[in-house]
Amino acid sequence: MKIRLDTVVKTFDTFRAVHGVSLEIESGELVALLGPSGSGKTTILRMVAGLEYADGGKIYFGDEDATDIPVRDRGVGFVFQHYALFPHMTVAENIAFGMKVSKVKRSKAEIAARVADLLRLVKLDGLGERFPGQISGGQRQRVALARALAVDPKVLLLDEPFGALDANVRRDLRRWLREIHEELAITTLFVTHDQEEALDLADRVVILKDGKIVQQGTPEEVCREPNSPFVMGFLGDTNRLPANVSGGRAVVGNAALPAPGVADGKAEIFVRPSDLDWTEHGDGVPAKILRVIDRPDGRRLLAATDQGETLELDVAPEIQAKAGDEGFVTVRRGRIFAAG
Amino acid sequence: MASKNRKPPRVGDQPGFRRALIAAVLVVTAIFIVAPLVVIGVQAFSQGWAVYATAIADPDTLHAILLTVTTALIAVPINTAFGVAAAWAITKFDFWGRRFLLVVIEIPFSISPIVAGVAYLFVYGLQGLFGPALQSADIKILFALPGIVLASMFVTAPFVARELIPLMQAQGRDLEEAATSLGASGWRTFFSVTLPNIRWALLYGVVLCNARVMGEFGAVSVVSGNIRGQTNTLPLHIELLYHDYQTAGAFAAASILAVLAVVTLVAKVLLERRGAGRGGRPTLAANQTVPETTT
Repeated sequence: MKIRLDTVVKTFDTFRAVHGVSLEIESGELVALLGPSGSGKTTILRMVAGLEYADGGKIYFGDEDATDIPVRDRGVGFVFQHYALFPHMTVAENIAFGMKVSKVKRSKAEIAARVADLLRLVKLDGLGERFPGQISGGQRQRVALARALAVDPKVLLLDEPFGALDANVRRDLRRWLREIHEELAITTLFVTHDQEEALDLADRVVILKDGKIVQQGTPEEVCREPNSPFVMGFLGDTNRLPANVSGGRAVVGNAALPAPGVADGKAEIFVRPSDLDWTEHGDGVPAKILRVIDRPDGRRLLAATDQGETLELDVAPEIQAKAGDEGFVTVRRGRIFAAG
Repeated sequence: MASKNRKPPRVGDQPGFRRALIAAVLVVTAIFIVAPLVVIGVQAFSQGWAVYATAIADPDTLHAILLTVTTALIAVPINTAFGVAAAWAITKFDFWGRRFLLVVIEIPFSISPIVAGVAYLFVYGLQGLFGPALQSADIKILFALPGIVLASMFVTAPFVARELIPLMQAQGRDLEEAATSLGASGWRTFFSVTLPNIRWALLYGVVLCNARVMGEFGAVSVVSGNIRGQTNTLPLHIELLYHDYQTAGAFAAASILAVLAVVTLVAKVLLERRGAGRGGRPTLAANQTVPETTT
């Protein structure tokens, strides 16, 4: 089911959480809402679910105006950050709950068969008789997903689905969620503040800041063509270097980078740590190493330029460097934004 | 034990201190709580079973027991419903005056019950606000069952709500939201999701509320008029017997109240144990963190 948000607004007391967000999610698409806390991403998700009502704007499910349809009748599957499993019911009873309360009457045998299918789908065969308190966090999250899928939702909504789990479980569940999505092809919208999770999982990433969409696109588009310093910085570690642009070239230290389409004048170059190199002599920005951090896949150098900027460089493990060394930082590639 | 194992005792765990503290607590408990209860038992039966039985079988005493039970049967369910409704409203909805309501509900805890009784006199008494209107409509509130029930309800209004509010606050709204998103109606959500998760706190509140309704003296004493055989509840009746120098009768009646209290407490413990042990159904309330309001 295609979902469309048309200039949706939400205000809590005096705090405007969502400022006129418009968004389209194609049928069968897996979309991530990514942003720091307070960016309005969970509020948007809850409005799509019907757990909050929009103060302004419209939400369409397909061609139907769903803005005022209560959550009970909206036909969404919602997976809560803290699972919200019913602690007094077994795993199987949790999954069966939606079918039992449904207006569509099903026989006990039908419900039992569907529960068994869902347990198999989420790889929890044999755990149906356990209580939520007796299974692990990752298993609880899978039960929560099975419970949401049991009512054949038109749309699946997940709020920070892996936020409360540790890193390894999170990685496994991510891959598994992607597989389930490919199998069921259900329109899915999830909220995360973890850019890695969003880029890993989603067909399309919507980046939010202060209740507004700042950029949306495929993971490739937002990674390669971030449209603002905020997106650049939010998606990964970033260094910021002041530069001067003239005639389509940005000059930084003794080096220059092509800067097509950037107006002449002051600008800032944003560079990923792995796009900076360290040389002892040559062109570049003169700098002094403050600290060396060794990691399994390389070394990270912390260096200060003679203008007092601190830079982080990811270099190959063979590079010889120690605190106090002086040399030059060269920029392999970076994105240039006019200073504002 | 710590010294036997030659491990350094924990802070404040020196044997002498420990023994002294435990002994002090035991002695105080014995003197202030156990001894009076024992005295009631002993005194009630001091002149033998026959006298005890006659004292209980006294029509006025029987009437007092009946009146007390009737009051409890009316006041406890109403206050339970009120407590659940208040706890629900306060913890699941945001509305203007929410904190104020929370404070107001607790007023009966901090106010002397006799004040409540006197206040009811002013409201429903002949010289009171509604007194003349009620009298012309021939509705008796004071010096009758309605007054006793109202006074008891005032005093015990906070019991259930106070047990439920912290629990329901900790549980948050996630479970109800989940049930609703799965298609459950409001009633269905309440009975299959909310109620099972608050049942022990609810039971505890009901037990305390009941004990207090049956034992309430001050407020009821003002509004009931102390008419023997008509508006005397058990606690009032005990006082009356005592003032009449019917010691055995007073203690016999008091023993009923004491037994009633012990029975309610034991019932609570037993129910809790059986419920908690049923298939080891654990509550997640303890380890369910309050969801942060990430937006």
